[in-house]
Amino acid sequence: MAGKPKLHYSNGRGKMESIRWLLATAGVEFEEQFIEKKEDLEKLRNDGYLLFQQVPMVEIDGMKMVQTRAIGSYIAAKYNLYGKDLKERAWIDMYVEGTTDLMGMIMYLPFQPADTKEKNLALIIERATTRYFPVYEKALKDHGQDYLVGNKLSWADIHLLEAILMAEECKPDILSAFPLLQAFKGRTSNIPTIKKFLQPGSQRKPPTDEKTVAMVKKIY
Amino acid sequence: MSGKPKLHYFNGRGRMESIRWLLAAAGVEFEECFLETKDDLTKLQKDGSLMFQQVPMVEIDGIKMVQSRAIGNYIAAKYNLYGKDLKERALIDMYVEAIIDLNELLMMHTFQPEDKKQQHFANLVDKATNRYFPVYEKALKDHGQDFLVGNQLSKADVQLLESLLMAEECKPDILDKFPLLQSFKARISNIPTIKKFLQPGSQRKPPLQEKDLQRVMKIFH
Repeated sequence: MAGKPKLHYSNGRGKMESIRWLLATAGVEFEEQFIEKKEDLEKLRNDGYLLFQQVPMVEIDGMKMVQTRAIGSYIAAKYNLYGKDLKERAWIDMYVEGTTDLMGMIMYLPFQPADTKEKNLALIIERATTRYFPVYEKALKDHGQDYLVGNKLSWADIHLLEAILMAEECKPDILSAFPLLQAFKGRTSNIPTIKKFLQPGSQRKPPTDEKTVAMVKKIY
Repeated sequence: MSGKPKLHYFNGRGRMESIRWLLAAAGVEFEECFLETKDDLTKLQKDGSLMFQQVPMVEIDGIKMVQSRAIGNYIAAKYNLYGKDLKERALIDMYVEAIIDLNELLMMHTFQPEDKKQQHFANLVDKATNRYFPVYEKALKDHGQDFLVGNQLSKADVQLLESLLMAEECKPDILDKFPLLQSFKARISNIPTIKKFLQPGSQRKPPLQEKDLQRVMKIFH
């Protein structure tokens, strides 16, 4: 029996990936139970494990936590990744909500009809480079510090790195106009726990491919 | 110049309504600056007031806060509506996130094209009565307390009440099978600050009518 958190989700990024990032950065070992077919999801539901019949679900500290943001907030607070006071938390929340919106767009791209893909990809790139990245570039420029909030690693930084890497998978040179984000990416990727998570063999999941899309559609 | 929070949004519920509820429940007076035309939105965007070019935006404690969840979290924590520890906060967050999901369904009701309305309505009622309400009914039943979490008023209670009332606007008898939610509704509605907010003349907004839809869409599109 482990005291380790246990993640219930399909074997792919989806809404669970940000939680894997948080746990990994905090140096917390975790287990994963993958939902592979519809019956696996039905079983979790019938056993009463899913408060609102949905995953992600994370067993942690005696709770069966659901709702991605609730889980993320809990882990961030527990492992000191949520700033030192209410105002820092406000900034972290705002930044995380922004990267959540951006990553949400990217996450759904493989599930969109083929004839809308090009248009949606263009929108993602436009939003990334005109709405979201400028905010984080400016934040780093204004205070000149290594981290987004409070001169200390927080959920906002981890989430931003995840978003940057996902955006680069869409367009490899997407950071070309953002020198500080490039430096941020280099720096943050080198944090030992994050560096480890970025190496092959970690629990980080690969980009969603057609096979994963097919599997996900069958389960949900 | 006031120290009161200042809300920037259109004159309607949308994603700002939950924030109005929270402030009102906490007894915090607030001002509102309504966006009436696209130009009003463009002006805010151009003067750098909107972090991600979007509203809601709330000026509070020297910060121009955006993102409804971030704003809600800040207000809840500041005014003691967020439980007493990390675990209570976790439970409150779980409850509130699901309420937000339900509210999206409820709010989308008005925006459905005619040919999709019936199906959307059926889905809404199904989710409300089979997925969401049973959870809160059971929570109240299991601990027998007046409030959802930690035996004290929290963001979860305020948001649940808001949602119950919106659901009843869609289908008046939707709480038929949920006796504890019915008494919860009555009880929380009677809290003085909330009772005041529920009276005519408060800053609570009415449901969006179809005739207002065009006007609102013009601001954002």
